[in-house]
Amino acid sequence: MTQRAAALDRRSLLGVALTLVAVPATRASEALPPDVEAAIREQVGGAAAAEGGIALRAPETAENGAFVPVTVSVHSAMAGDDRCRAIHLFATRNPTPGVASYRFGAGIARAEVSVRVRLAEGQMLIAYAEMADGTVRRAGARVAVTTGGCLT
Amino acid sequence: MTTPRIRVPSSVKAGEPFEIRTLIDHPMETGLRHQTGQAVARRMITRFEAQADGALLFTADFRNGTSANPYVAFHVRLAQTTTISFLWREEDGREYRATQRVTVS
Repeated sequence: MTQRAAALDRRSLLGVALTLVAVPATRASEALPPDVEAAIREQVGGAAAAEGGIALRAPETAENGAFVPVTVSVHSAMAGDDRCRAIHLFATRNPTPGVASYRFGAGIARAEVSVRVRLAEGQMLIAYAEMADGTVRRAGARVAVTTGGCLT
Repeated sequence: MTTPRIRVPSSVKAGEPFEIRTLIDHPMETGLRHQTGQAVARRMITRFEAQADGALLFTADFRNGTSANPYVAFHVRLAQTTTISFLWREEDGREYRATQRVTVS
């Protein structure tokens, strides 16, 4: 039983590894819809976000927009002053842009979270990381969606 | 319908990072979806918390873009044997829980 569970585990991990494709960070200059800007301001505040030190991994094409695997990794030792406090995820072309906010307490070993999001259509996903020193980082990834996941 | 599923090792080495994976069966209805012309009532889990011996370890605030059966995985390190408890809370206050003791050697 334990062994079978372990085997399934490896297979599912392999599947995830194959479907996740590293996507380069998007330009911060890309204009965002006002509702997306507002949602970002509400969760992250007005601090200018730097590109770099954060990676958003998502499939280039998601067949099913209802379950799109996304991993956000932030470069941080998660020790001393070098900590990531929170990660926020936004979907720029969903009916509402908020996906989730994840917050890290003491005992978190990596500034990384893997989740599943729903995407109504192909769009840009944006992740923000709030660091303990008050700086903000951001990364984006464009995901094409074959079957939309929000309204069906 | 709302069964939590957690994957947490029962024993780990002190200070060594390990992954915790969590999922709960839940429709995560946003209230924006229509079925046969009628809006499907909103029903969302909006809060997830993991605690280590009662101290907040990881939290998530889910919004509409989080998928049904919300899945979250994160990495933890422990210095001593710890009970990890998990809580999912719906907007209307309904709560679902799970716990796992992790022995640290």
